[in-house]
Amino acid sequence: MLKLHTASVGSVVTVKDLSSTGSLRERMLALGLTKGAKVEVIRKGPSGDPTVFNIRGAMIALRNEEASLVAIQ
Amino acid sequence: MGLTFQSTQNSALSDIFHIDKKEGQYVIALAGNPNTGKSTVFNSLTGLHQHTGNWPGKTVVNARGSFNHLDKEFILVDLPGTYSLFSSSVEEEVARDFICFGNSDAVIVVTDGTCLERNLNLVFQIMELRDQVVLCINLIDEAKKKKIEIDAKGLEMELGLPVVLCAARNDIGIDDLKATIYNLITHKISSNPKTLYYEKEIEEAIIRLRPLLEKYNDNINTRWLALRMLDGDRKLIESLREIISGDDMEEISSILNEIDICKDKQSIRDSIASTIYNKAQEVTDKYVKSNPKKINRDRIIDNYVTSKKFGIPLMLLTLAIILWITISGANYPSALLSDLFFRLEIRLTMLFNQINSPGWLYGLVVLGIYRTLSWVISVMLPPMAIFFPLFTILEDLGYLPRVAFNMDHYFKKACAHGKQCLTMCMGFGCNAAGIIACRIIDSPREKLIATITNNFVPCNGRFPSLIAISTIFLVTKEGFAYGFLPVLTVTGLIVLGIAITLLLSYLLSKTLLRGVPSTFTLELPPYRIPKVGRVLYTSLIDRTLFVLWRAVIVAAPAGAITWILGNVYIDNMSIIGHVATFLDPAANLIGLDGFILMAFILGLPANEIVLPILLMSYLSTGAMVELNNLDSLKSILLDNGWTYLTALNTMLFCLLHWPCATTLITIKKETNSFKWTALSAIIPTGVGIVLCMFTTLIFRLLGWG
Repeated sequence: MLKLHTASVGSVVTVKDLSSTGSLRERMLALGLTKGAKVEVIRKGPSGDPTVFNIRGAMIALRNEEASLVAIQ
Repeated sequence: MGLTFQSTQNSALSDIFHIDKKEGQYVIALAGNPNTGKSTVFNSLTGLHQHTGNWPGKTVVNARGSFNHLDKEFILVDLPGTYSLFSSSVEEEVARDFICFGNSDAVIVVTDGTCLERNLNLVFQIMELRDQVVLCINLIDEAKKKKIEIDAKGLEMELGLPVVLCAARNDIGIDDLKATIYNLITHKISSNPKTLYYEKEIEEAIIRLRPLLEKYNDNINTRWLALRMLDGDRKLIESLREIISGDDMEEISSILNEIDICKDKQSIRDSIASTIYNKAQEVTDKYVKSNPKKINRDRIIDNYVTSKKFGIPLMLLTLAIILWITISGANYPSALLSDLFFRLEIRLTMLFNQINSPGWLYGLVVLGIYRTLSWVISVMLPPMAIFFPLFTILEDLGYLPRVAFNMDHYFKKACAHGKQCLTMCMGFGCNAAGIIACRIIDSPREKLIATITNNFVPCNGRFPSLIAISTIFLVTKEGFAYGFLPVLTVTGLIVLGIAITLLLSYLLSKTLLRGVPSTFTLELPPYRIPKVGRVLYTSLIDRTLFVLWRAVIVAAPAGAITWILGNVYIDNMSIIGHVATFLDPAANLIGLDGFILMAFILGLPANEIVLPILLMSYLSTGAMVELNNLDSLKSILLDNGWTYLTALNTMLFCLLHWPCATTLITIKKETNSFKWTALSAIIPTGVGIVLCMFTTLIFRLLGWG
């Protein structure tokens, strides 16, 4: 299964599922990482991590650890 | 007993969400996402009629203010900025509980016009809870610039709420917002939030649950309660169990179990969240028109600001430029001020002579209090008055989250939280403020790391001292190159502070505060052009004068005490002399002298007074010097045996020693532990001593010191 942290910069992907739990899952849902949401990979940080994503029109940075909990299509 | 706040929450906390109001007063809650300019809306509405504190028992800021419109008075409660109301953090819990159980008459939801889709999530959640809701779409000026068109009338129809467009920074739409609230309260207009429907199974369960909840309910929306029972808000269900009769609870449980068979709680939560966001997307697509080409401005800037090549160098350059402006800009007003104070001192001296005042009174008032005050003001005020506005500009621009983004990699390696960087930025202003800012870190372990290491960032009380010492010892020539070496030195010291922060965060993570970095999400808000007037106001009034005033309050008695200590003689030596002699051997080991060490100890109440106390102490032992410029400062220091090593180690020790009293009290308040407060003082001091011993050793081996 593809994960968000493997998506290449510039691509637009669709969220399939979250494997995070607890408050991180709530935070991800609150930011709009819901099933079917379109996420654009904007850029990697100076050291390749974290990565900035366009989620619902907002620029959100996630570390690889978090992005790997988001399954994409 | 009905479902009121008292019955659903711990009764000891029952007063938290009740705001006292008189006849004809109304309570309005102000909710919204972070970075929507909610506090600007709050300021525009309330002006200076506001005060801040904490929610009782919670480390969450509670700001309240008031405003009038026509014959009504409104109390405005600024809720913490949150993305949602699903209590995944203390902030969200406070916001939800106030909206749900508090006695507010209406809720204003502030949203960012440039990012409406994400903001609508919270709007829909609040619409589910409350009937009297006003949607305030802020930052419409930014939206216009980005060619985003918002159909307010359409949104009003679609959502069933009054919608107000505003640009709070320019006071656009604020009167309109006041009028809308007034009209809503006085029933001239109405707000009928449209119901958002979820998938079939959920809706069927809601239909069965609502009648059961209805009879226990006073004022909380039963549809919302039913939804929370379905998606498993454990806290809420627990408190409901105590109120609802056994038969009804059994029926509720069987309905919940039935739906649980086909769906677990998590997928119900997912489904509810998806439905809300799908609706938000649908509404945005329909009523918000944007030109995708125009939105890319921020990305182009970010291409440089957060790039691999330029990101970190640009950050250091920005820091250096700010310091350069501060150092070269502060010199002239500093000289002007000390000249002014010196001339005033001559007048004061004449006055004291005329009234034949006793020598001790003149010494205490003029040589003690007045002199210390004038040094504090002339040395501290100009750099602060330049640095604070520049820093506020960076803050308002939206640059600080980018710094956190660029630095995150290092903090991750140090097993620390990515937002620690933001708390360090706040520490530049004031370490106590930086420690309060550590509240943004949810994980207790990482919050402690950020708290203990915050002192490694030189605050505004300390870096004017750094600037003064480096300027005295390192300025070589006038003109463009003026201040080049001091800038390099102070920048280097700050970088050293950051490096030590990272190293100690790592060491703490491996020893006292073992653990792996917790998760975090960081929003990079759009760049915003700062309002110069507001920047000057907030940075000068709120910060500069506040910090200066605090320093002055401390400096006056400290000046008096230092003068007394310097002029009371025991065995032909002043008390200061005795203390300094006593401290001298220890101070010598770390390349300082007894007077310097004593000044740091006496400077515990506020770091601003360390340098003035030091000069006072030197002067009390030697001949009087006309202290009206930095050159004379230099000659005092040289007369007292200062070398480059003394200057370097004084700067190092200034960066690396115990936090000031205010900061220590704040640490005690925030951590509620003597152990961590003590460690927050011991660790930086230990690092300072070790480092200073090391430089002393090197210098002496090389024969420089």
